[in-house]
Parts: sequence; C-alpha cells; structure tokens
Amino acid sequence: MRFLTTIPCAIIGAALVLSTASAQVAVLGERVHTVTGPIIENGVVLIDSDGVIEAVGSAAQVAVPDGYAVFEAAVVTPGLIDGRSTVGLTGMLNGEDQTHDQDMLERSSPIQPELSAVDAYNPLEPLVAYLRSFGITTVHTGHAPGELISGRTAIMKTTGTTVREALVRADVAVAATLDPRALKSGAKAPGTRGKAVAMLRQQLIKAHEYQGKIDAAEDDKPVARDLRLEALTGVLAGEHALLLTVDRAQDIDSALRLADEFGFELWLDSCAEGPLVADRIAAAGVPVFLHPAMARPWGEMRNASMRSAAVLADAGVTVSMQSGYEGYVPKVRVVLFEAAIYASRGFGRERALEALPITPARLLGVDDRVGSIEVGKDGDLALYDGDPFEYTSHCVGVFIEGELVSSDPR
Amino acid sequence: MLRLFAVVAACFVPAGTSLAQSTPAAFTNARIITITGDTIDGGTLVVHDGEIVAVGDGVVVPSDADVYDAAGLTIMPGLVDTHSHIGGIGAADGSGPIQPGVRVFDSINPRSSGFKRALAGGLTTLNIMPGSGHLSSGQTVYAKLRWAEGPPTSVDDIAVRDDSGAMMGGLKMANGTNSIRTGGANGFPGTRGKSAYLVRERFLKAQEYRDAIERAGDDVSKLPARDLGLEALVEVMSGARIVHHHTHRADDIMTVLRLADEFGFRVVLHHVSEAWVVADEIAAYEGVDGPDGEPWGAPCSIILIDSPGGKLEAASLILETGGVLEKAGAQVAIHTDDWITDSRLFLRYAALAVRAGMSREAALRALTIEGARMLDMSDRVGSLEVGKDADFVLLSGDPLALDTRVLQTWVEGELAFDLSDEDDRLYAEGGLGAAHDIQPYFCCYDHLIQGSGH
Repeated sequence: MRFLTTIPCAIIGAALVLSTASAQVAVLGERVHTVTGPIIENGVVLIDSDGVIEAVGSAAQVAVPDGYAVFEAAVVTPGLIDGRSTVGLTGMLNGEDQTHDQDMLERSSPIQPELSAVDAYNPLEPLVAYLRSFGITTVHTGHAPGELISGRTAIMKTTGTTVREALVRADVAVAATLDPRALKSGAKAPGTRGKAVAMLRQQLIKAHEYQGKIDAAEDDKPVARDLRLEALTGVLAGEHALLLTVDRAQDIDSALRLADEFGFELWLDSCAEGPLVADRIAAAGVPVFLHPAMARPWGEMRNASMRSAAVLADAGVTVSMQSGYEGYVPKVRVVLFEAAIYASRGFGRERALEALPITPARLLGVDDRVGSIEVGKDGDLALYDGDPFEYTSHCVGVFIEGELVSSDPR
Repeated sequence: MLRLFAVVAACFVPAGTSLAQSTPAAFTNARIITITGDTIDGGTLVVHDGEIVAVGDGVVVPSDADVYDAAGLTIMPGLVDTHSHIGGIGAADGSGPIQPGVRVFDSINPRSSGFKRALAGGLTTLNIMPGSGHLSSGQTVYAKLRWAEGPPTSVDDIAVRDDSGAMMGGLKMANGTNSIRTGGANGFPGTRGKSAYLVRERFLKAQEYRDAIERAGDDVSKLPARDLGLEALVEVMSGARIVHHHTHRADDIMTVLRLADEFGFRVVLHHVSEAWVVADEIAAYEGVDGPDGEPWGAPCSIILIDSPGGKLEAASLILETGGVLEKAGAQVAIHTDDWITDSRLFLRYAALAVRAGMSREAALRALTIEGARMLDMSDRVGSLEVGKDADFVLLSGDPLALDTRVLQTWVEGELAFDLSDEDDRLYAEGGLGAAHDIQPYFCCYDHLIQGSGH
C-alpha cells in the first residue's frame, strides 16, 4: 500500500491530511451501500493492510478483528467516481492563458490526440483535494471539450503526490468535440459542423491507412512513427473509446453515424438534447456521460434539463454522472451534488448511486478495482452522516486504498 | 438637490397596484415560516389587495375568501436576491471605469426567460445589477417579479418605487481584479491603489458638485450643470442610495470600508470570498446610520459556489463564510449572482450554508429579511407579517431539503409561477425551449467562456 504523504490543502489554511499509515481498517456503517449488492443495515467493511477490501457484511456476519482501526458513520458508500472531468488539468484559477494552472485545452491545433492527460495532470491541484473531501476517490479526467480532438484521457485516484501514484489507467479515451465549441472563426478550420465531421473522418481514414502500412511493412523497413495517428489507430482497434462531446440532437446523430462508419467504441459526453433522441442512443447501445445537472443552460446546452438522467435511463440508455467542464466558476463541479439534482428529479437515489460509482467503473473498465464495496476491490470508501445526496448532509470521512485521506466533515 | 430628483421621479406612475385581486385569498393548514416571528404549524395566511392581512394559527378566514387548503405544504416569504444579472442587461460600456450615471434599468428585457426561472426558484424581489468590470458600472434597480399576467410589456412595471414614486435602486461598485484586468487601458486602473484613487477623486468631485448646489440655494442661475453621474454619487453620500460593492479579498473588503468611512456612504459588501478572514472587523464596523437611526454597519451579501476559484481573488472562497460571519455577529444575506449560480436553486445555496455551519434560522433569514434590509425594503418584503406585500412561496416540504419543490410563487397577491402549469414547469426543470432567449451575463469573463481569446 502506498504511503500517503501529507498534502497541503489550500482551501482553508494549511490543514493537513493525515495518514492512518498501514493499519487495517474496519468501517462500520448504520447503512452500507455496496451498490452491486443489497444495502446492509449495521454493516461492516474490513480493509486489509494492502488497502484491499477483505470482508463485507452485517455486524452479525463480520466480526472486527483485534488491532483494526475502527471508524463509524451513518452511511457508507463506495468511493465515488467522476465519469468525466478536467480536474488536475483545470486548476482553480482562471488565467487568460495556460501559464498558471489552465492546462485543459491546447489551442495550437484542432486535432491533437497525441496529448495525454498523464502529462498534464497535477495531483497536488487543490481542487483535487476539494473533490476528495466530498467522497470522490476516482476521476476520469483529461483534456476539455473545445477542440475537434483535444487529447487522451486518464483515470486517477484523487490522492498521491505524483502522477505515478495517482494513475489508475492511462489512454482511456480520445476526447473529441463535435459542435461549435470546437469551431473556429475566419479562415481557420473547422469552421462549420460539416467541416468538423469531414476532418474527423479524414483523420480516422488516415489512421486506418497508417495501420495498413504498419501491417504491410517489412521488419527491416519500419514505418516512421506518428504519435497522432497511433492514438487514433488505438481508437479504431478498440483500445480506447472516442469520447465525443455533443449537445444538440443533430450532433448526437452525427456521432452515432460516425461510430457506425468506423466501428469505434463511442461514448457520448454531455448530451443536453439526448432526451430528444433517447431511443436512438439506446438502440445504438452507446453510453452517455451526462452533463452536470446544474450546468448553465445556454448556447449548445440551452435545452438542458434536470430530468435528463431519468428520461435517458427510462429509455434504456446507460447513464454515468460526471462533473463536466465550464469556463468559469465553479471551475470543477462536485459530481455528488450534480447526481443529487438528477436523483431528486425522476432519476431516484438508487439509480443515481449506481451512476456515480459502478456505472462509470464498468464503462471505464476499472470495475475490477473500484465502483462498489466488494471483497477484493480497492478499499475506497466514502462516509456520510446522512443521506449522501441531501444538501445538508456531510461527508465525514474518505478512504482510498485503506488510507484515511479526508476526515473533516464537509 | 431634492428638487432635481423630484422632477425625475414625477415622470413615472407607480405600478403594481392594479394587479392585486379584490377577493381575499386564504391558505390554510400550512406550515408557515414567517421569518421574523414563530414558525406556525397548521397556520393560515390571508392576503388581500396585494397585502398580507392575516397570518397565524387562530386566523378567521374571511367569508368571501378563495380558500386554498395547503395541508402538508410550507409557506415562506418570497425570496429576495440582492445580486442578480438576469434580464439580458448591459449598463456601463468600455469607455471609462466609473459610470454611475448609467442605469441598468434602461437595458432590461422583461421578456427574458431568466425572470421565469427566477420565479421558479421562489424569487420575488431582485436587485438587478450591472457587472463588476468597472469601479462603478452604474445604478442598480430593485425589481418585483410581477409576472401574473405574463412578462410585463414594459420594464416600468417591475421597478420598485418608494413612497414618492421614485424608482428604487443602488449603485454598483467593484474593486479587486476585474476592473484592473486591462492593465490600465482606456482610463481604467491597472492596480488596486489606482482604483481607490480614481474612486476617491470622483467622490471629491461629487462633494464639490453637492456643495455648489447647496451654495446656489434658490438661485437657479448659480446651479452647476447637471451631471447624472455626480448626482448618483451625491445620492450615495446622502444615504439615499446604497452602494452594492463587489469585493473579494480581505484587503479589498477593508478598502471598501475605508472609502465608506471617508465619504459617508451606506454599503453592502457583495461576494466577500475572504470575509471569513476579517469577520470580526466586518461585524464591528458601524459606519453611518441607517434609516432606522441605528448604525448601518457592513452587511454582507454572500455567494456560495460549489467549488472555489475562477480567479485568484476568489480562490479562498469557502462554503463556511455564512456561518463564520453569523458567529461574528455580522448581517448576512445570500445572493445568486445569476448567471454565476442558478436562481432556480436559490434555496439550495442556503442549505449549503447550513451544511457548512450556518444556523438554519440565519440561512432562511439570509434568503429573505436580511436581503430586504440591504435593499431598504424590510418594511415591505422579506417576512410574512400583516401589512407587508403578499409575496410568498408554497413549498412541497422543508425549504432546505433536496426533494422540496417550489410549487407556487405569489407576487403582491397574484400567482406568478405554478409548477403544475406545463409552461412554468419547463422553466423550472429545463428542456426544449426553456432558455431560448437567455443571454449569459458573466461580466468580464464572457471571452473566457466562449474561448474566443479576448
């Protein structure tokens, strides 16, 4: 188990997050939401000295062995997962250029899948610790919407002082945007929706041809490496998904058409007008990382609804929560808060609690480690003093791999 | 001086009274959160001619009243938002940093769907403000959301007027980083020191202007040429017009209080990200006297944002500020700063303040009576008391609970929002067509939002 060094928290002075060292941990919850199994009243979760969950059950079934550090809370959930964020690349400031802490969008070219979130993520960004204090233990983060292809995403734990420590999985998806946020003015391309799709198709065809050359190349005459095309061959080969940010129904349609043409794994991001084409999305079997419920409804998102999660899920679409990205405060949204709004508008507590940890974990391919409270999974837990979604409840403790990483009630 | 303003005021006809119904309406069996008095279980609220005529648990319902059984529901006063940017507004332009003669009133589009969304959040009284990119971006207007018959045809119908018929509003001022972002171009300041100097210089001119008018007395020939900007500052120095001051950093907050002392104006401190650093100083500040003869103090209108940052001066924003100020003894209201936070979720921000240590009672006051006082309207709105405007919301449950919905919003005795109405529900929840005419108002950040560089 990693030893967590102290991380200065810039939110309030210099509060230190103290490690429980490598003690074995027992967490007792009046109500334990395993998410993949039934809710356990008076539940016990044991985490071993490797930071892995070793036992889950009711107090009658699971005894707390001697020597375990015991923590109690009203409600225990798996550590929450933010399905799509830019945190760590996005910092809390709002500089007019990238010289401070705004590394979420590289403007030098519209197509740059060669950029990796791993090379831009700052695990010491105060917003990472801020999110963690509300129970978010894993983030799928990367370059922001705003260029046709902006970079490759990665999955991080919200802990660690270096990327190496935080990283769960690199190169999860290639982030792309198919709407006016990625369009340029004047003579620059892409300047229209049609051109954006054409450029995307052209790049994928190039990648296909590049792969063909590699496959046909003689061993002694290797094809010169092209990092841009390599990233896209990964999309075509199904090694990573294409995470396509779209909001208007017509752009969702374009995304589905592209996925049909090239056969890549498509994840829809944002999808404000998803409810208008919910049946088509469901029929295509494409998951939606739904925009935050409180995202400002203007521009491409003007028709956003706080009922979208319910409408999409009712239509059979797999819906993951996410915090998204906007250009101004809140720079990074708290996915727990966003899920609460959807939960109270038709989606319901139960589905919202699935869409926070286990749905993104499955979509992102890390459900062997995170997303539910099960034996063998990482000891990532969030402790609350009441209904986690209720405005006035507090997150009272957060464990990542058995380490107590947050304990001030938030 | 008064004569000058009276001429302006006489141009307007007081609006709003025509909407009030002639039949009393009674809401029975409700949990009534009066704010200034006890909360009443199973209480009755009676309104007539746009005013509250009875509230309590032993109220006799008038025989001619329309009676609404509100069993299981909660009634509280219409919410007061001391800082909103809705209405598709634009006041001061880029031609100079101090433009107190410009009125936001003249830029409001009453058909903006932002108003419908505000009603969906239970808001009934707003302080509509121009932005914070100037040291003074103009005059604010206090507005009532009189939407019972749909959007008013004229913005005149939403303005709040005082007993003389004059339109009520404050003056927007700002310090800190927004107004210095140009680094000194177009006469704007490039530093905090220059910002304070420019404000001080303009107030000194206003003092000279005021003194010249006093010296002229009845001799019209000696009156100085009218200057709308200086007139507004004279109103500020006389206490007639409150300064609503954007300020974040602790040192910027103290600069505002220093200038308020120097020129004797009443101020409301807005946003105050670092108020928790100087909470005791804020609570101890007395300043000039308010209309009630008591020290006006340094009331704070705070914003709660889900995560801190956006810029360096707001990087220390914490959800705990409301609770810290309350404990220090300061006056606290909460605002939306809509489009920064969403009017539809105004109750939520009070709940977040409670989450972070504010008392439930103070948080509910911060949505109502405290804001009303900061707009000189506590005699009319902000609590459910006999004689006050019949502005109230019907809630499905506790105001601070996640699942609670604003079911109806009543303004001056008229139903202005009804969640059971399909069109109103669209504005409350969103969906196709809900925001067709909304223009975001981010002050000086629109270029960042749109990503167009500058």
